[in-house]
Amino acid sequence: MTKEEIIEKVNPLLAEEFEVEESDITPDAIIKDTLELDSLSLVDLVAVIEHTFKVKIPAADLPTVKTFGDLYNYIESHQA
Amino acid sequence: MHRKLSYIYLNMSNRVVITGMGIWSCLGTDLETVKDALYNGKSGIVFDQERKDLGFRSALTAYVEKPDLKKLIPRNQRQFMPEEAQYAYMSTLQALQQAGIDQAYLDEHEVGLLFGNDSVAKATYQAVSKIYEYKDTSACGSGSIFQSMNSTVTMNLATLFHLRGINLTTSGACASGSHSLGLGWLLIKDGLQDCIICGGAQEVNLECVGSFDGIQAFSTREDEPTKASRPFDRDRDGLVPGGGAATLILESLDHALARGAKPIAEIIGWGFSGNGDHISTPNVAGPQRSLELAIEHAGVDIHEIGYVNAHATSTHAGDGREAMAIANVFGDYKVPVTSTKGQTGHEMWMAGSSEAIYSILMMKNNFIAGSLNFENPDEETACINIIPKTQEAHFDMFLSNSFGFGGTNSTLIIKDYKD
Repeated sequence: MTKEEIIEKVNPLLAEEFEVEESDITPDAIIKDTLELDSLSLVDLVAVIEHTFKVKIPAADLPTVKTFGDLYNYIESHQA
Repeated sequence: MHRKLSYIYLNMSNRVVITGMGIWSCLGTDLETVKDALYNGKSGIVFDQERKDLGFRSALTAYVEKPDLKKLIPRNQRQFMPEEAQYAYMSTLQALQQAGIDQAYLDEHEVGLLFGNDSVAKATYQAVSKIYEYKDTSACGSGSIFQSMNSTVTMNLATLFHLRGINLTTSGACASGSHSLGLGWLLIKDGLQDCIICGGAQEVNLECVGSFDGIQAFSTREDEPTKASRPFDRDRDGLVPGGGAATLILESLDHALARGAKPIAEIIGWGFSGNGDHISTPNVAGPQRSLELAIEHAGVDIHEIGYVNAHATSTHAGDGREAMAIANVFGDYKVPVTSTKGQTGHEMWMAGSSEAIYSILMMKNNFIAGSLNFENPDEETACINIIPKTQEAHFDMFLSNSFGFGGTNSTLIIKDYKD
């Protein structure tokens, strides 16, 4: 899956799951702020990415995934 | 704000009134609709093809509308709520509104919460399935642990409404929703709480009732879903599972009057007992003691009780033995008896609370809803006065039974409140 394809899939997915406007999801936007994630719902981000892309984001890697751009890159580099 | 210990030692005996009611059931999602459904003998039972496809012996179930909470509760809180908590939220909103209790009141006073619930099957199944599928517990998501604990209804409602009084789930099988009212009555009567949100909730899904179907407890009258639940009838062949949620606001009479609330009815007695017998087959002596204790607590003559809302679920053994228990307690007095489960199916963990509401609606509107599908008694059920068709009737007091697996019994006596 190319990065463009990942972006096309991730943005509407997260917008629906976390009930935010898709237009707010941009490469430079901070994931936690945009999706209004707290320490609990951060797990939901991991779960939905794993479910959709079969890509696990271990807790140790989470600090490196700050923006949506980081997330696209992470999925691109870890997909099977 | 904080209750003083001295209350505990006062040995108070408060009158306990109901000031608000809310319902989310297969008969409707507001009191007026449910009242009309009761009067008109509407059935909430349908056939569910998905259950049949999965090998259920009986694919019958009550149909309960799913509430849309998106506009009411933020996603970060909603994700903790399985369907039973969603039903309970809706019924509690209604009950609080009728009681005239708003969020500002809840924020300033110590209000308790007692809700009957005895399963979280779908949420548990979904979580465990994800662990097996992904070999990763994070795949369960953040809401799963809170959805799959038996106290999910009380933990969600207490959080959403900022409740700071007693916060407890009563799990007493199919008597759960009655035990919550009984315990609420006791705590308020004794002065330990002024106001408690009580109720019962029941998930409506195949995950919850598959194993129940497996012990052949359900009616197989699939070609006539609305005739399948037939409490006390000679041709009954099992229960039909249902659910939803029901909420009643209980408070001391003094507390209600002091804040200008209008009491609807008064709980005057609670009886309970254990059968000490078989896990699923009821006996007569256990339920009978529950009825007797409720009457003793209420301090009333049996002739004052104008209606009995029976537990009767449409099973052969249960209905017959309850009929005998009622007959033993009421003797020559042929008190009118019905089971609303002919219309609703068995609302299980919710039933004790919903049936209190159904009975109060009848009492306040001067009718007894006919026991739907009761056509002929059998040898055991012929000993009581079962009302087959809705009739205009005035009564000021009723008795409501709820019995459950393991031999847990609960009986409430509720009377009309008049200024």
